[in-house]
Amino acid sequence: MTTKLFGEPVQRREDPRLLTGRGRYLDDLGPDALAAAFVRSPHAHALIRDIDVSAALDVDGLVAIYTWEDLPDRLAEPLPLLIPHPALTHGRTAYPLARERVRHVGEPVVMVVARDRYLAEDACALIRVDYELLKPVVGVEEAAQSAQLVHDDVPGNVGAHLVQEVASADGRGAREVIESAPHTLAFRLDVERSASMPLEGRGVHARWDADDSSLRVYSSTQTSTSVRMAVAAKLGLPLPKVEVVAPDVGGGFGVKIMHPWPEEVLVPWAAMLLGREVKWTEDRREHFVSSAHERAQVQFVRVGFDGGGRVLGLEVTILHDHGAYTPYGIIVPIITSTQLPGPYRIGSYRVEFSSIYTNTVQVTPYRGAGRPQAVFCMERTMDRIAAHLGLDRTAVRAANFIQPDEFPYDQGLIFQDGRPLIYDSGDYPESLRMLKELIGWDAFPEAKAEAAREGRRIGIGIGCYVEGTGVGPYEGGHVQITSDGRVHVSTGLTSQGQGHETSFAQIAAAELGVPLERVSVVTGDTRRFGYAVGTFASRAAVMSGNAIALACRKVREKALRIAADALEADPRDLEITDGVVHVAGSPHASVPLATVAVLSNPLRYAFDEEAVRATQFAGGSSFDRPPVEEGQEPGLEGRDYYSPIRSTFASGMHAAIVETDPLTAEIRILRYAVVHDCGNLINPMIVEGQIHGGVAQGVGGALYERMVYDSHGQLLNASFMDFLMPYATEVPRVETAHLQTPSPLNPLGIKGAGEAGVIPVSAVIASAIEDAEGIPIDRMPISPSDLFGLRRAAS
Amino acid sequence: MPEQAHEITLVVNGTLRRAEVPGRRLLSDCLRHDLGLTGTHVGCEHGVCGCCTVLLDGEPVRSCLTFAVTVDGREITTVEGLADGERMSPVQRAFAECHGLQCGFCTPGFLCTVTALLRENPAPTEEEVLEGISGNLCRCTGYQNIVKAVHRAAEIMAEES
Amino acid sequence: MKPPPFTYHAPGSLGEALDVLAGTGEDGKVLAGGQSLIPLLNMRLAAPAHLVDINRLAGLAAVEVEPGGVRVGALARHARVERSEPVAAAQPLLRQALRLVAHPVIRNRGTVVGSLVHADPAAELPAVLALLGGSVRLARRGGTRDVPAGEFFTGPLESAAGPGELAVSAFFPALPPRSGTAFREVARRHGDYALAGIAALVGLDEDLRITAARVACVSAGPVPVLADVTGVCGHRPPASADWAAAARAVQDRAEPEDDIHATAAYRRHLIGVLAERALRDAAREALNA
Repeated sequence: MTTKLFGEPVQRREDPRLLTGRGRYLDDLGPDALAAAFVRSPHAHALIRDIDVSAALDVDGLVAIYTWEDLPDRLAEPLPLLIPHPALTHGRTAYPLARERVRHVGEPVVMVVARDRYLAEDACALIRVDYELLKPVVGVEEAAQSAQLVHDDVPGNVGAHLVQEVASADGRGAREVIESAPHTLAFRLDVERSASMPLEGRGVHARWDADDSSLRVYSSTQTSTSVRMAVAAKLGLPLPKVEVVAPDVGGGFGVKIMHPWPEEVLVPWAAMLLGREVKWTEDRREHFVSSAHERAQVQFVRVGFDGGGRVLGLEVTILHDHGAYTPYGIIVPIITSTQLPGPYRIGSYRVEFSSIYTNTVQVTPYRGAGRPQAVFCMERTMDRIAAHLGLDRTAVRAANFIQPDEFPYDQGLIFQDGRPLIYDSGDYPESLRMLKELIGWDAFPEAKAEAAREGRRIGIGIGCYVEGTGVGPYEGGHVQITSDGRVHVSTGLTSQGQGHETSFAQIAAAELGVPLERVSVVTGDTRRFGYAVGTFASRAAVMSGNAIALACRKVREKALRIAADALEADPRDLEITDGVVHVAGSPHASVPLATVAVLSNPLRYAFDEEAVRATQFAGGSSFDRPPVEEGQEPGLEGRDYYSPIRSTFASGMHAAIVETDPLTAEIRILRYAVVHDCGNLINPMIVEGQIHGGVAQGVGGALYERMVYDSHGQLLNASFMDFLMPYATEVPRVETAHLQTPSPLNPLGIKGAGEAGVIPVSAVIASAIEDAEGIPIDRMPISPSDLFGLRRAAS
Repeated sequence: MPEQAHEITLVVNGTLRRAEVPGRRLLSDCLRHDLGLTGTHVGCEHGVCGCCTVLLDGEPVRSCLTFAVTVDGREITTVEGLADGERMSPVQRAFAECHGLQCGFCTPGFLCTVTALLRENPAPTEEEVLEGISGNLCRCTGYQNIVKAVHRAAEIMAEES
Repeated sequence: MKPPPFTYHAPGSLGEALDVLAGTGEDGKVLAGGQSLIPLLNMRLAAPAHLVDINRLAGLAAVEVEPGGVRVGALARHARVERSEPVAAAQPLLRQALRLVAHPVIRNRGTVVGSLVHADPAAELPAVLALLGGSVRLARRGGTRDVPAGEFFTGPLESAAGPGELAVSAFFPALPPRSGTAFREVARRHGDYALAGIAALVGLDEDLRITAARVACVSAGPVPVLADVTGVCGHRPPASADWAAAARAVQDRAEPEDDIHATAAYRRHLIGVLAERALRDAAREALNA
């Protein structure tokens, strides 16, 4: 029974806690902690002439005020550039508190610590910062052409420039191929800014133990191990003296993989200095102007194709707006440029991007991380080819698909992990067949005509994608079975709602043959597991899932060996069922794992009755061998790591039917269908939930969410009143179907699922609106007002 | 100069609680930080996200748009008060059964809202469910399983009544 | 996002409230439902020195249906007015509009009078009061005055309620016989402030010909924009009225502006579309009345 756990829709083990108010999120910790708040720049670009804190000193409950001048040593240096890249020739990062100059609205300038957050904000309001205003650089095209510089030593505001080119089979470059192609098209596409926007903002709580000279930091992060290393380095503390724990995290979606945020080093520093617990809980307005955004790109496309719609050559030039700093490097535009070919065999491909500084909030990955833009580009291109040739849009896609017998398929590009981009497996024709059936593609023209007779406009759209998931370098898992028979699993990466406590427990229970209830899982706690990368890029299930499976296999092997001794049997004849090791076919010759755990640890001192069996006078051990044999360790535990040769590649295809109001230009999604392939499923209920949530965010990105900066660099919609995340009333029901082509790259045959839902949505909705309206849709998101404007322009 | 404090009494989840709060203390902060009931979450502090929704004399309200002093003497139910002892309420159980939560941050607000919704309308239609939860944001689930959970909770309540 | 400090007053009687308001003058702000005020305080966009909380003045919670209309007390919450059957019978436009005000949970706390005093031109209730020709009763120490809707809304987020004054109630005239109302709006998300909205009222005579056709527009100017299109419709049955011409006349009155959610041109277009829809709906209601 237990072995069937893998692949079952097991109810989540996190839920009872989260449903009864017993979750522990960052702000729920440290009830007696002092509160930090920040004075943030109200200007997009300015020099700091003076900071006058005198008026704030009278605030009752004020504890401390810090500016850049107060920061010691390495804390006074710029924050790390996390992912260097040779093409990032002009990477720049911010200081934890602004030094002399601010480069976006929201940049932290002064940190205030007070008895509570109300008082800290009172003090912030009384601090006067004297700014000398500089001309702000806003908008990626403006920035690329502006004489005004975001960083004086970065000419042209260009942080990075990268070209990748894959020649055609006969060795010709994309430009040459396009020139000689039977058909060519050239156009421009725009994607606007959005953001992860988890409902819990960021937050940090730090506790300094002066007696022990140790620091414990809680952070609402997607990577506790890496925050730990950054904090230790910045504060000059020995690594073993720093612990970082990610408590329950109220959503991440990418913004919390960025680290160390200024607050993640400043709050622990203040806690050490003050000898008091200090906590900072980001509020919503701070989140809008100081946490990261994503998505904004301008793309220039040239494509050459034949009469069958086959893409012979594709050239894409991308202007990527990375905001004021590049702490996360150029991962986002790298992903856009390398995932752009999707499920297609492109004859010859040239992609070039420039990553540009602007006086806006920095850009780091948001769920999908550059892929929604890539898919928007590729899929809009497919639709344009179909329109140009008068072909069915699915036929053009089918004509370009990589075929099932072509895997592994090398796209000839270098991916975000610095490794060749080689697709492991997939079945795109089958995926398309399933999608067409699910949405009723072939019958749609009839429905459309019928609707038209009633004066209604409906349209159908499609989008296909391939998503590199499970990127390295590695994750680890540790599994320990204690003498009470409980199984303790830990892994270093963190959780933000993905249900890791459940799916990882399913893996462990299945591998070890123990009841699920006996397994507990801890994630994101450096006290339990110190080596990890983090939760991003749809990698947790692939990376930690496989690492935990491998660790379980070690433990299982050890358990069988010890049990074999105890049962005087051959380990190869043993099985584990419901936590009991027994000889296959003879259930009475058995020993519980709890006992095996006791026996695994030779004892001098008994701590309970069960433990007596392992003590030195209990007998049973051979005098010829040491109690712990060479190459062995005491205890029934195991640790292993999973480090893949390269990424796995999940894929999927979405289709939607939308209705546009002929008069009001309102856009309504009538149906939304998803065919998804992430290899083997650990827990289909959880995977389904990930898809639903991803699609909802995609709908936000397609129809509602945009960060609107004015020419002064002011974010005009820094609230939930005006940054329009969809409610239940805006999100369609998602119909799903699963295809499972297991990955050959890992023991469990799984690929990631976390980001899939969001990736093609803008492309799909654009495709459907275009079909309904007959007007080319070349920028997202699109509002009714935008559609109205397009109609006016077209008529 | 220290702020003037007001002594207030609230009946929270059936228990009489006293607190000393300044006039500006939001009910959300009072519950979380003065009374230690951190199950009520704060997601926007401008009344849009619904994470902080609690029941005031049985009616769902935004605790971030309510001053604690204003509701002196009134009854408050938070997520911590929805279960019957160790047994989760039908709404809580339905959310677990239907995978109606992921990160769980918005969940307490949904649970309070839905509890009141079903008390008033034990068998809501699809439209009534959507309207009922239309003031609560969730960034994880896409709402589909939340809607399913509301219907399922109605079913459980009907079965158990 | 925590409110700035203020001196909190919780008067136990109307007289006491008016005394406090008289004493605090410009520095005093009234707290009723708080659904618009508290967000402004949390963002520190407002910082009154004194907050006068009228939530203990139970007498102000009354909702009374009088022969001439509905009088809504300052503490009457949206939800209560929305659910009241006598109110819906006397003036159906209130329920039609209240269903569109934000979300149900906000309506549990927000008050009708508070929404009027807040005087947001994108809000539904000011348009309702303006269309119906209602009034707001303002009390101050030593006196009370009724301000007609036409004079009450003085600008965006500005009303005639002055320092020291408390809006104690609002009066919405009842629906005349053979009349119908409708409220139509387009919002980005369900429950958001409308990009454009129309409250409409159509009255018929005994021969079921149009004798009154008026609308009030939401998000069409600094205050609710009123348009009387009775003349454009002509004294004829609704079925033969030129609703499109009436809608164009409404459009001509509107002065919408661009913002991040919609262009002025789109809003003007919507006003026309919605005016026609709302007028037709109201006429249908009138025929059924």
